[in-house]
Amino acid sequence: MTNPIGDIAGAEFILAIGTNTTESHPIIGLQVKKAVRQGSILVVADPRKTEVADLAKSHLQIKSGSDIALLNGMANVIISEDLYNKEFVAERTEDFEALKSVAAKYTPEYTEGITGVPAAAIREVAREYAKAENATILYTMGITQHICGTHNVFAVANLAMLCGQIGKPHSGVNPLRGQNNVQGACDMGALPNVFTGYQPVISDEVRARFESNWGCKQLPAKPGLTVGELLEGADKGTVKGMYIMGENPVLSDPDADHAAHSLKKLEFLVVQDIFLTETARLADVVLPGASFAEKDGTFSNTERRVQRVRKAVEPVGNARPDWRIICDVACAMGYAMQYDSPADIMKEIASVTPSYAGISYERLESGGIQWPCPTAGHPGTPVLHVGKFSRGPGKFHPVEYVPPAETPDEHYPLVLSTGRRRAHYHTGTMTMRTGALEVYYSKEHLEINSADAAKLGVKEGDMVKVTSRRGSVELMARLTEIVPEGMVFTSFHFPEVAINKLTNPARDSIAKIPELKVCSVKVEKIA
Amino acid sequence: MADVTLTINGIGVSVPEGSTILDAARKLGVFIPTFCYDPELSRPGSCRICVVETKGSKNLTVSCATIARDGMVVETDTPAVLEARKTILELLLANHPEDCLTCGRNGDCRLQDYAYMYGIRSGSKFAGERHTYPLEDDNPFFVRDMNKCILCGKCIRMCAEIQGNNVVDFAYRGFRTKVTPAMDTSLAGSECVFCGNCVAVCPTGALQEKVLRSSARTWEIKKVRTTCPYCGTGCNFDLNVKDGRVVGVTSCDGDVNGRALCVKGRFGYGFIHHPDRLTSPLIKKDGQFVKATWEEAIGLVAGQLGSIRDNYGPDSLGVLTSARCTNEENYLLGKLTRAVIGTNNIDHCARL
Amino acid sequence: MDNVNLTINGRQVSAPAGSTILDAAVAQGIFIPTFCHDPNLPGVASCRICVVEVKGQKNLTPSCMTAVREGMVVETESPAVVEARKTILELILANHPQDCLTCEKNGDCRLQDYAFIYGVKEGGFTGERHNYAIEEDNPYIIRDMNKCILCGKCVRTCAQVEGRAVIDYAFRGFRTKVAPPMNNTLGDSDCVYCGRCVAVCPVGALLYKPMAGKGRTWEIAREPVTCSFCESGCQFYLNKKGGRVIGVSAGSPGLGRPLCLKGRLGMELLYCDDPVTPQLKKGDVFQEVSWAEALGLKGVIDKIKKLEGE
Repeated sequence: MTNPIGDIAGAEFILAIGTNTTESHPIIGLQVKKAVRQGSILVVADPRKTEVADLAKSHLQIKSGSDIALLNGMANVIISEDLYNKEFVAERTEDFEALKSVAAKYTPEYTEGITGVPAAAIREVAREYAKAENATILYTMGITQHICGTHNVFAVANLAMLCGQIGKPHSGVNPLRGQNNVQGACDMGALPNVFTGYQPVISDEVRARFESNWGCKQLPAKPGLTVGELLEGADKGTVKGMYIMGENPVLSDPDADHAAHSLKKLEFLVVQDIFLTETARLADVVLPGASFAEKDGTFSNTERRVQRVRKAVEPVGNARPDWRIICDVACAMGYAMQYDSPADIMKEIASVTPSYAGISYERLESGGIQWPCPTAGHPGTPVLHVGKFSRGPGKFHPVEYVPPAETPDEHYPLVLSTGRRRAHYHTGTMTMRTGALEVYYSKEHLEINSADAAKLGVKEGDMVKVTSRRGSVELMARLTEIVPEGMVFTSFHFPEVAINKLTNPARDSIAKIPELKVCSVKVEKIA
Repeated sequence: MADVTLTINGIGVSVPEGSTILDAARKLGVFIPTFCYDPELSRPGSCRICVVETKGSKNLTVSCATIARDGMVVETDTPAVLEARKTILELLLANHPEDCLTCGRNGDCRLQDYAYMYGIRSGSKFAGERHTYPLEDDNPFFVRDMNKCILCGKCIRMCAEIQGNNVVDFAYRGFRTKVTPAMDTSLAGSECVFCGNCVAVCPTGALQEKVLRSSARTWEIKKVRTTCPYCGTGCNFDLNVKDGRVVGVTSCDGDVNGRALCVKGRFGYGFIHHPDRLTSPLIKKDGQFVKATWEEAIGLVAGQLGSIRDNYGPDSLGVLTSARCTNEENYLLGKLTRAVIGTNNIDHCARL
Repeated sequence: MDNVNLTINGRQVSAPAGSTILDAAVAQGIFIPTFCHDPNLPGVASCRICVVEVKGQKNLTPSCMTAVREGMVVETESPAVVEARKTILELILANHPQDCLTCEKNGDCRLQDYAFIYGVKEGGFTGERHNYAIEEDNPYIIRDMNKCILCGKCVRTCAQVEGRAVIDYAFRGFRTKVAPPMNNTLGDSDCVYCGRCVAVCPVGALLYKPMAGKGRTWEIAREPVTCSFCESGCQFYLNKKGGRVIGVSAGSPGLGRPLCLKGRLGMELLYCDDPVTPQLKKGDVFQEVSWAEALGLKGVIDKIKKLEGE
C-alpha cells in the first residue's frame, strides 16, 4: 500500500476494484464502512454483488477480466473533460501523451461494450474520482490474478497519477495483501530476482555486498524460477529437488492435479510445515515447524508495517521454530549459520537492507514501524511517494485491454471465479482445525445465478459437478443473485472442493501470476 | 484549541476545550467508575455510575458526557455521589445472577470491581423480579447470558460504530428491555459475523468467549501480545495462555486494528494445539512415513540437497518459502538458497 | 525405601512404599482435589473430596489417607468419582453464601476452584442455611463461620502448638462449628492471633482484618519473606498491590515455632507502606498501642533513649 490503512476512512472517494474487502480483509473493511458512514463516496467494481458492493453508492458490475477497459474508460473521461491534475502531470510524471493516445479509444460507449458497465456510470465515477480532494483505490487479487494482472496494476497507477491522487494522505494505490506476511516474504527477497529490500540479483554491486556480508564466494547472478516455472521444471525433469516451507501448492496452485503430478516427479522433496498438508504427503522428508504462537519473529503487513510476533507457548512435541531448522540444514550442508535469536537475525537483515536499516526489536517493542526506515532515528514512512517517486518522474504505462485467456464457449459456457469466505483462510489448513470456524462454516457451495440454475434444472441444495478443461469437482449449489448470469463462484478453502483442479494456469507474462479469477466451466446436476 | 481550567476534588486542572469532566479527572489520576462509557464510542451517559457533584448544579452530573467548563468545581466522592453509586449497584445486583462462583468473567468484571470498591455485598435491598432468560450458546464462538447484561449498550454501539453492522439493539421497554438482534432471534439466526468485538467491550459476564471462559479463570491467564497469522492486515491481539496452552484471544490496542478483530483472528487459534499438528520429523520409507530424529532428518535433507546440487548443478533445486512464516525465516531460507545451495530459484505464493 | 508399582488412570506409576495414592498422583502431575488434607498436618480424611476409585474395592477411597499397594489400579476421574465430588460440592454450596462478588478470598478459594472445574454452579440441595454473625471483635482475624466447610485444618494447626489448641469442633450435625471454648468469640479467647489458621483456611471463613477491603486476590502478588525477629526464621508473605505492600500474611512456621503475632507485626512495620496501628488486649479490651509496645521493645527503646540522651 502507498498509504496506511488508517487513511482509508478519511478518503472522500474510494474505488474498490477486485476486492471483497469486508469478507477478505474484515478489519480494513471497517475503515471502508466508516468512510461510508462519514459520507465518503464508495464505488465498487466487481462482477459479484458482494457485501461491500451493497454498501457502495455505485456498484459497477463489470465482466470478469475487463478491468483495464474500465480504468482506461475512466481516464478517457477525465482527459476529454479536462479534469486531470495538470500540475501533478506536468511536474511529477512523464509520457502523458502516450496515455492520452491509448485512452482516446476507450470512450464510455466503447468501454460499455467491453465491461457491461453503462457509459453514464463510467462518466459519473470518473468525474467523482478526479474531483475528489482525496481519492483512494483499493484492490486485491481481483485485479492481479489475470493474464493481464501487471497491466491491470499499471492501469490503476495511471489513473492515480493522472489525477494526482497519490503521494498525499487518504489517497494512493493500495493493494490489500492476502497473507499475514506476504509483504514481508517479498521484502526479505523470497523472490527469484531480488535480495532483501528488492535489491536486484543482477546488480554486481548488490551481489558483492551480499557476498561479503554472507561470507560466500559467488552468488548467482541469473534470476531464478517462479513457483509456476519451478513446477513446470519439475514436470520436465530440469528441477530435481525442492524445499518447500509453509506452502501448499497442491491446493493453492492452478491446475492442482498438474502441481501434484509435477511434485511427484522430483527426486527429492522436503516439506516443512505445521500440518501434514496435501503437499507434505508427497514429500520424502517432513520437518515439523512451529506455529506463530510458538516462536519469536516479525511480520510485515500490507501497509509495510513491521510488527512483532511473540512466543507464547513451547512448540508442540518435537516441533522446532522454522528459523532453527533452516540454520540446522545450512550447518549440515557445511555453512555456519548460527543466531542466538530472531532479534539477532533482524540485526543482520537491517545491516543488508536499506529500507529496514532502522528497524530493531528494541524499537518494535513500542509499536510497529512502516518501512522505508533507513536509520535508527527515522520514524518510518506511512505514505509513499510524497514529493517524488522513487524512480524520479512517474511514468505512465498505457495498456490495452485483452480478454481473459479462456472465454466461455458452447462447451464451457460459464465463467468460474474463485475467492475467499470470511470464516476461512487459504487452503483451510488452519481454519478447518480450530474447533469453531469449521463448525460454523462447514461446507462449501457453488454460487450460481438463479437464471442459470433454472436453465440447468438445478435447485437450491442440489449437488452439481463443475468441470473445466482441466478437471472437475462436485459441490452443493446455492442459488443467488450475488453472481450475475453467466458466472459461478466458490472459494478455494476446502480440500474436498479442490477448485484449483479447474482453474487456468495461464500466467501474466511479467509477474507470472496465474489467471485464477477467470476460467470457463460447465455445470451439471448430479442425478 | 483553548484550554479550560476547572477544580476537581480541590485540585486545579486544565484540559482542552471540549473535554469532559471524566477526561479531566483521568488526566489528574482521579478515579471515576464507568459502565457505558467507552473512549471510542458515542456517549449516551445512560448508566449514571460516573455521576459527580458540580457546584451550583441541582442534580448530580454525568461526568462522561458533560463538557468541562472554565471555573467548574467538581467533587467526585461526596456522600451524595457515593450514595447514588451504591444505589445504582444495588439496583443492578437486584437483578443479576449471584454467579461469580463459576462465572468466566470473575476477576475481570466491572460490576464486581465496583461492588467490592463500594462495599455492596448483594442486591437484596431491592428484592423483586429477576430475569430468567435461557443461555444463548447456539454458536461455536461465544455465549450470551442476558441475565448478566446491565444494559450499558456498549455492544450495540461497538457493532454500529466500529464494526458497522448494526446487528443488535435494545428491544422491548422497561424491565423487559433486552439487547437482541432483529426479531429477538439468537445471534446465530441473525446477520452477525461473529467478530466478537461486542464481547471485547462487555463489562460483565453477559458476553463470554466460549472456550476461553470455560477453560481458565481470568487470574490464571498470561497474556502475550502478538500479530495475527491470517490476512495481511496485521492486527495485534493478546494470546491468552494457561498452563502452556493457548486458550483464547483477547483484544489489545493494536496499531492497525485498535480492539477490533474478525472471526478468524479472535476465534481461529484452535489449530495451535490440534492433534493433527506434526510433532516429529518424518521420513518416507517404502511409501510410508516413519518418525525420525532431527539428526536423521536434517542429515538426509542436507545430504540429498547437496548431492542434487553437486550432480545436476544448483539450478536443479528450487525453494518455496512462505508468506506465513516470519521475516527472519524468509530471510534465512533466502540465504540458504542463494549462499548455500547457490541458486536464485526461490519464490513463494505471493501470487495466490 | 522400597517402591510400589501401581496404575493410575492407565499410567504405570512407581511410588515409595507407605506413601498415599494422593502423593503418588501428585508426583505424576495428576490432579486430585483436596480440602482437609495438608502435608504438614495429621490426616483425617473427613472431607471426602479426594476420593478415587480403586479396582476391587466396593467403596470410593480417600486418596489422602490410603497407602499405595503393589498392583493397585486407580482411577481419579471416573464417572463415580466425578459424581461423588460434584455431590460433595453441591452439599457444601447448599449452605455457603453466594458471596464471591465481594468475598476477600475470591480468586484464591478451593471451593470456587473445584466448583469451576467440576461445573457445579450452585448447591443442588435447598435447605436450612447458617446465619452466624460475622465475628470481627478482634483487630486481626475476621471469622465468617457461614463460609466454613468444616475441613478442620484450623483446628489441627492450632493444636500443633504446645498449650494452645484454642479452637475445636463444637456442637453436632448441622450445628457443628469450629469455636473456642464455650463457643466464645476469638476476641474472648486465649487466641494470640498468630495467623496459622488463616494461612491454612481453604475458603473465605478466616481472613486477615488489616487487609480486608484493600485488594482482590488477583491484584495482589505474594512475595515470601523470612522473619528475622528471632532465630527461627518463620516464613511470611508480603502482599503487594500496584507496587505497594498492603499487608503481611502468615506462611509457614519455622521448625518448632508457632508463627507469632509479634513477628508478623514486625514484618508489617518493616515492609508495609501504610501499616495499621497495632492493638493489644488490655484486660478484656483491645487498645491501640505504640509499635514499641506491640513488639515488646518498649523497655529497650526507653533505655536507649535514656542512655543516648545523657
